[in-house]
Amino acid sequence: MSEETSPMGGEFERQPVPKRARLGFKSFVGMYAGEHCAGTELMIGPLFVAAGVAAFDVVVGLIVGNALAVLSWMFMTAPIAVRARETLYFQLERICGRRLVTIYNLANGIMFCFLAGAMITVSATAVGVWFRFPMPGLTDFYPNSTGWVLAVLVVGALISVVAAAGYSMVSRVANIAAPWMVMVFLAFGLVALRQFIDISGVSIQSPRDLWHLADQVIWRGGEPLPGQTKFTFWHVMFFAWFCNMAMHIGMSDLTVLRFARRSWYAVASAAGMYVGHFMAWLSASMLFAYQLRAAGLTSDAAITAAATAGELPAPLPGPLAYEACGLAGVLCVIIAGWTTANPTIYRAGLAFQAVVPRSSRFTVTLFTGALATIAAMFPALAMKLLDFVALYGMVLMPMGAVIFIDFWLARRLGFQDNYAQRAGITFNWAAGLTWWIALAVCILLVRYAGIEIFFVSLPGWFVAAFLYVLFSRWLQRPVMNSLR
Amino acid sequence: MRIFLQITSWVALVATILPAVLFLANALDLNQTKWIMLAGTLVWFAATPWWMGRKVQPVGNERTGGQM
Repeated sequence: MSEETSPMGGEFERQPVPKRARLGFKSFVGMYAGEHCAGTELMIGPLFVAAGVAAFDVVVGLIVGNALAVLSWMFMTAPIAVRARETLYFQLERICGRRLVTIYNLANGIMFCFLAGAMITVSATAVGVWFRFPMPGLTDFYPNSTGWVLAVLVVGALISVVAAAGYSMVSRVANIAAPWMVMVFLAFGLVALRQFIDISGVSIQSPRDLWHLADQVIWRGGEPLPGQTKFTFWHVMFFAWFCNMAMHIGMSDLTVLRFARRSWYAVASAAGMYVGHFMAWLSASMLFAYQLRAAGLTSDAAITAAATAGELPAPLPGPLAYEACGLAGVLCVIIAGWTTANPTIYRAGLAFQAVVPRSSRFTVTLFTGALATIAAMFPALAMKLLDFVALYGMVLMPMGAVIFIDFWLARRLGFQDNYAQRAGITFNWAAGLTWWIALAVCILLVRYAGIEIFFVSLPGWFVAAFLYVLFSRWLQRPVMNSLR
Repeated sequence: MRIFLQITSWVALVATILPAVLFLANALDLNQTKWIMLAGTLVWFAATPWWMGRKVQPVGNERTGGQM
C-alpha cells in the first residue's frame, strides 16, 4: 500500500508515531464523543423498541454493554496501540502479507458500503418530511415508491460527489456540528418524555415515578414488531458491546489510539459510548415508542391488527425527529447521516482502490458511493440494521484476534510474530485460514447451533485465537526448521 | 472577536437545549420549543465555524468512517 492509498489516510502511515506527534487526553474525548453520535443512532434506538425491549433490559443492558466496549478499547486495543504505534493496516501487512491485507480491505470496503447505505437511508427519510412521498415500512424489503428511490438517489449522489472530492470540508462540518447534535439528541429524549407524561396522564414526583413510566409505558417489553428479533437484556448488552467490535476487538482503532500518550486514554471512548450509545439511543427509541403509543398500539393484539392492516408505523428518523423538534430535528437527521456516511464512503473507496491501485481515487469513490446508494434504496438494510451491525463486527473480528495473539503470545507459544515480514511472503496462510475458518464456524453456529448472530462473535474470537496459534505453529514449522 | 463568537456559540447551544428542558417542565409549548431550537441551530452554525475546528489534528478531530 502506498501512502496515498492507505485506507486510513493521515500521517505516519508506515512508521511509529513519534513523540512530538502524540496527543493529549482531550483530543480523544472530543473525537470519540463526536464520532459515536452518528446517523445510525437514530435508527438503532427505534429498532430496540421494534425489538420489544423492556426498560430494565435496555437501560441496564446499555450501561453494562457500553462499559464492556470501553474496557475492550482500554485493555485490548490501546495497550497494543501505544506499544507498536502503527496503523492497523501496517501491522496487518507485517503479520498477514500485502495480498491478504488487500482481501481484508475488500471485505472492509464492502461492509463500509452497506453501512454508508444505511446512513444514506437515514438522511433520505428527512427528505420525505418535505416531499411527502410514500416512505418504506418496517417489513419492506424492496423500495416502495418512486419518490423514495429519487430521494435516496439525490442524497446518495450528493454524499458520493462530496466524498469523491475529498472530505476535509465535511470533516470540519462534522466537528462543528458535534456539540449541537448532542444537544438535539438530548432534546429528542426530553421532548418525548414530556409527551409520554402527557399522553399517559402520570405525574412524575420521584425517580420511582420516572422508572414506573419507563417500565410500564415507554419500554413495555412484550412481543417484537413483525420481522424483528426479540431483544432481551443479553441482546442489548452484547449489541452495545459488539456494535463497534471492528474498532476495538477488531483493532481498527489501533490507527487512532497510536497517537495517545498513555494507554489509559482509551477510557475516552466512554464519552462516545455514553453520549452516543446510551443517551442518543434511548432518546431516539423514545421517539418511536411515543409514535406507537400515540397511534394506540399499546398491546400485542393492537400491533398485530395494525400489521395485518398494513398500518404499522415504521421507525423513520426524519419524520420522528420532525415531530419532536421541528426543522432543527430534521437538520440533525440530515447532518448526522451525511457527516457519517461521507467518511465511510471515502474510506470504503480507499479500501477498494487498494485492490485496484491504478484506478483514480475519484472514480473509485464515486463507484463506491453508487453501490452504497443502491444498497440504501432497499429499506431492509436499515430495518435490519441491528443484524447487519452484528454481522459487520463478526466479519472483521477474527483479524483482531490474529493481531492480539501475534502481538502478545506468538513467541511464548513457539512461533514467529510478524511472520509475513520476516519470511518475505505476501500471503500468510495461517492468518488467512484463521479468518475464513473462524467465520465459517460462526456462520455454522448461527445456522445450526441456534446461537444468534448478536452473541456468536464472543466464542468466535476464541476460535480465531486458537486457530491462529494452531496454523502458525503448523505452517511455520518447516520454515523454522530450515533456518535452524 | 473570538471571545464574542464563542459566547454567541454557547448561547446558541443553550438555546438549542433549554426549550426542550422548558417543554419538559411544562413551561413552553411544543411549537415555541421547535422555533427556538431552530433559532439556536442557525446561530450555532453561523457563529461556530469562525472559531471552532480551524486546525485539524492528525486523528484529533477527524471522523475515520465506519463508526456507529
